[in-house]
Amino acid sequence: MLSQEQATDIFERIRKHSTADEVEVLFYGGHSALTRFANNVIHQNVAEQNEGVSVRTSFGGRTARASTNKLDDESLKRVVHASENLARVQHPDPDLLPMPDRKERDQAISDATRITPQRHFAETAAISPQHRAEGVAKIVKVAERHQLTTAGIYANSEFVEGIFNSRGLSDWHTQTSAEISITMLAGDSSGWQKANSPDARNLDPLALAETAARKAIDSASPREVAPAKYTVIFEPAAVLDIVGFMFWDFGGQAILDERSFLNNRIGAQLFGENVNIVDDVVHPLQSGAPFDGEGMRRQRVPLVENGIVKRVVYARGTAERMKKSEHAAKVGPIVATGHGFSLPNEMGEMPGNIVFSAPPIPQTLEQMISSTDRGILVTRLWYIREVDPYEKILTGMTRDGTFLIENGKLRAGVRNFRFNESLIHMLSNVEAMGAPVRASGEESFDMVVPALKVKDFNFTEVTKF
Amino acid sequence: MKHIADWALNLATQRGASYVDARVVDERSRSLATKNGKLGHASDAESQGIGIRVIADGAWGFAASKDLSRSAVEQTAAHALAIAKASAQVKKENVRLAPEPPCTGDWTTPFRIDPFSTSVEQNLELLLRIDSELRSVSGVTLAEASMNFKREESWFASSEGANIHQTKISTGAGYAAHAFAGTEIMKRSYPNSFGGQWQNRGYELIEELKLVENARRVAEEAVALHQAAQCPEGVFTIILDSSQLGLQIHESIGHPIELDRVLGMEANFAGTSFLTLDKLGRLRYGSDLVNVVADARQEHGPGLGTFAFDDEGVLAQCTPIITHGLFTGYLSSRETAHTIGANRSGGTLRAEGWNRLPMIRMTNISILPGEKPLTLEQLIADTDDGIYMETNKSWSIDDKRYNFQFGCEIGWEIKNGKRGRMLKNPSYSGITTEFWNSMDAICSRDQWTLWGTPNCGKGQPQQVMGTGHGAAPARFRRVKVGSAYRGN
Repeated sequence: MLSQEQATDIFERIRKHSTADEVEVLFYGGHSALTRFANNVIHQNVAEQNEGVSVRTSFGGRTARASTNKLDDESLKRVVHASENLARVQHPDPDLLPMPDRKERDQAISDATRITPQRHFAETAAISPQHRAEGVAKIVKVAERHQLTTAGIYANSEFVEGIFNSRGLSDWHTQTSAEISITMLAGDSSGWQKANSPDARNLDPLALAETAARKAIDSASPREVAPAKYTVIFEPAAVLDIVGFMFWDFGGQAILDERSFLNNRIGAQLFGENVNIVDDVVHPLQSGAPFDGEGMRRQRVPLVENGIVKRVVYARGTAERMKKSEHAAKVGPIVATGHGFSLPNEMGEMPGNIVFSAPPIPQTLEQMISSTDRGILVTRLWYIREVDPYEKILTGMTRDGTFLIENGKLRAGVRNFRFNESLIHMLSNVEAMGAPVRASGEESFDMVVPALKVKDFNFTEVTKF
Repeated sequence: MKHIADWALNLATQRGASYVDARVVDERSRSLATKNGKLGHASDAESQGIGIRVIADGAWGFAASKDLSRSAVEQTAAHALAIAKASAQVKKENVRLAPEPPCTGDWTTPFRIDPFSTSVEQNLELLLRIDSELRSVSGVTLAEASMNFKREESWFASSEGANIHQTKISTGAGYAAHAFAGTEIMKRSYPNSFGGQWQNRGYELIEELKLVENARRVAEEAVALHQAAQCPEGVFTIILDSSQLGLQIHESIGHPIELDRVLGMEANFAGTSFLTLDKLGRLRYGSDLVNVVADARQEHGPGLGTFAFDDEGVLAQCTPIITHGLFTGYLSSRETAHTIGANRSGGTLRAEGWNRLPMIRMTNISILPGEKPLTLEQLIADTDDGIYMETNKSWSIDDKRYNFQFGCEIGWEIKNGKRGRMLKNPSYSGITTEFWNSMDAICSRDQWTLWGTPNCGKGQPQQVMGTGHGAAPARFRRVKVGSAYRGN
C-alpha cells in the first residue's frame, strides 16, 4: 500500500511539473476483497489493488482537477497538464479561496484534545480468502441447520487517504474495514443483518447469521395487512437508511442554493425534543478520515439540539459566501467546520459522521415491542427516494423481516409495505429510542443511530410478498 | 496489450485453472458542470488496470490490479487462482460455462466528433449559455448544467482463444432549473432528469439535443409549477412521455429479467425477481402491444448498452424479452444459460471497469414502437380523460420488482382530447404485470427515443453501469395516481 513517504515523493514530482499558482494532491489507494455467497455457496469472490492521485491546480480564481492511477513520471506530467488545461480556460471566480496552509488548518481546530481513534488494524488488513471462506462456511451451516438459503458478503479492505498542498498542508489517514451482510431466505420470507467495523474482531458472523435466520423463520407465511398509519419500530439499520437522506441538506451550500429543506427552518422546532444529533468523526464508533477535501480537520458540530436544527456544516469557501449572503442572519454560527468535498464541486459539504445522542433512558427493542398495542417492526428499508424535497417526503419499501406487533408481542410476518412519509413528521413523532449503535445499511452511509419507535408512520401500499 | 493478458492466462492455466480470461482496460473521462453562472466542477480522469477471472477446482476467483508489469500481473493471476480455490471450499457444483466459439474482433463505437477533441472552452461556453438562459427567467433559484464524456478501451483474451479489442465512447449532457418559493422546491430538467441524455456516441449528440433552444421553456415550467394544481389522487388513464417510460422499463422489466437475480445471486443486495423460471413462455407480462427486446447490437442504435462483444467475449445479440405481451426471454451469461435450457449466453455480462467482476447487466432494453403512425398529440387527442406525465422525479420499486412508485416533474390534465391545466407533483404506482397489461396505445417510431440511464447500480462491491432504453410515449388505463402525497 502507498506509504506517506512515497506520497511525499510523488507530490514533489507533481509540484515540479506544475506551473500553477497552487497545487493540491489527493492520494487514495489500498486493497479490498469481497467474498460473496448465495444459494449456500460462494459464487463471486473478488480482490482489487489500486492507488492513484487526484491533482488540483489553481490559477487566480480558476481551479480544476485531474486524476490518474498511473504513477510513472510521464503520467504524472500528463495529469498535471490535464488539470492545468481545465483550469486555465475558466472565468476567474472571485470567491475561490487560496488553498489553506497548515496554520489556517491548525487555527481552525476548536478542540486540540480531539484524537482520532485507531482505525487501522493489521489483523483486519490481513484477512485472507481462506479465512473469508471459512467464515462463509459457518454462515452456510447456520442456514442449513435452519433449512434456509443464505446470501451475503464477507469483505475486508485496507486503504489510505492523503492530502498535500503547495502551501505546506499535509495529512494522512490509514484505515481498515471489515463488513458482513447476511440474508436468510425461507420459502416466502427472509431476514437480514449487516455489520461493519474498522476492526474485524468487532463482527460476529454467527450471531448475525442466527438473528437473520430467526427473522426469516418468524416472518414465514406473511399476512397482508392493510396499509395505513402505524406505530412503527425501526431497527437501527432502517433508521440510518431513511434519515441519511436529510444530511445532504445540512450544509451551507445547500442553503445558499435554496435546495435544502432547512431553508428558513434553522432555529425552529423542526423535530421532537428528544432528537439530538451531532457530527463527530472521532466518536469511537465512527470511521473515516479526520480531514476534509481541502485538508481541514473535521470539527464536532452539534446539528440538532432538542429537535431544533442549530447548525449546518461548512467548507471554507461556503462559510465565506454564507457570511456575505442574505441567509447569514438565519443560519446560526458560520464557520468552516472541515466538512467540504474536494474542490471544485457544486455540492459544497455534508456531515458524514452522524451520531444520534442517547436518550436519558434508552429502551431495548423488546421494551419498545412490549409497550406497543398494534404496530409494525421494520428490519430494513429499501429503494428510498425523495418525493418532495422541502417537506422531505420520502418513499421506499420495507424488506427482509417486517412484523406485525399486537398486544406487545410480535404476532406474525407481514407483506412488505411502501411508505410515503415526511422525515420532519417522522422525527417529530419519536415515542421511544434505543441506545445508539454503529449501524450499516444499503441506502445511506454508516452512522451511530438508535432504534426508533415512531407513531403514525405512513404506509400507503402493500406489495405481494 | 494482448501480451499483458497472456501473462495472466499462461500463469493461471499452468497452475491448474480450467478457464481464465483477462481484461486490460484503459479509461478516460471528462466531467464539466456549471451552477448559477459559475463552474460547478471540472475534472479529467484516467484509470488503467487488469481484471483476471479464473475457474479453478470448479469455482470462481477474480483479482484486479492497476499494475501492468509482468510480475504484478502474474501475482494478480496467482491471487485470482488462490481466491478460486478458497471459493471451492463452499460450493455444491462446479461452474459450468455454456460453449462459445472464441471470438476475435476489433470494434469502436461509431462517432462523428470525438468528444475529447472538443475544447474545454467550447464545452464550458455551451454550459454557461444554458445557465444564462435558465437564470434569465424570474423565479429560477438554481440552475445546473453538466456534460460528460467517457472513453473505454479494452483488450479481452481468454484461455479458450478469444482476442477482442473494443473502444466504447459515451457522451451525456443535460440541465435543470430549480425554483424555491414558499414551502416548495420545483424542478424541471432537459432532455431528461439526473444528468440529461446519454448515448454511446460522440459530441454530435450534444449538437443535436437543442439544449440552449429549450432552456427558457424548461425554466418557465419550473417557475409555473408553483401556480399549478396538485395532481389529484385516484385511478386515472395516464400517458407517459418516452423518457419516463424508459425508466419504467428499466425498473419493472430490465431488472426482473436479470437471470442472476432470478437465481438468487443478488438476494442480499439488489434483490431477487418475481420472474421465476416457471414463468418463461407462460406469463402474460403485458398487453398485446407490449414488445420488448434486449438488443446490444449496433443496429439497435447508439445506446449505453450497445457493444460488439460483452465482457466475457460473447457476441452482441438481440433477445426478445416480451413478445406481444408474452414473457419470452431473460438476460443471461455463459454461467447461467443452462438454467433456462439455453445452449448459449445471451451476451449480457458487463463490468464497470478493469477492477470489477463482469456480471449480468441490462444492454438496451427497449419497447418497440407502435406499427401504426401515432404522435403524442394524436394520442392525447384520442384520450377523453387522463393525465400526461413527463420527466422522472423519483423512482422506487420493491426487491422482487412487483410494487413500484414513480414521481414525475410535471403533468397536465387531459380533458376531451386536449391538454389542459398543468399539474404539480404527479405520481403513479402499481404492480408490474398489472401495469404493463393496462397499456393500450404506444406511439410510433418517429416518437421513439433511445434514452440512456448512466447510473444503474448493482452488485457487491457495487458497480455503476450505463443502460439503454428505447421508448415512445404510451398510454395506460386504470392506474393508481397520487398516493405519494396521501397522508402527508
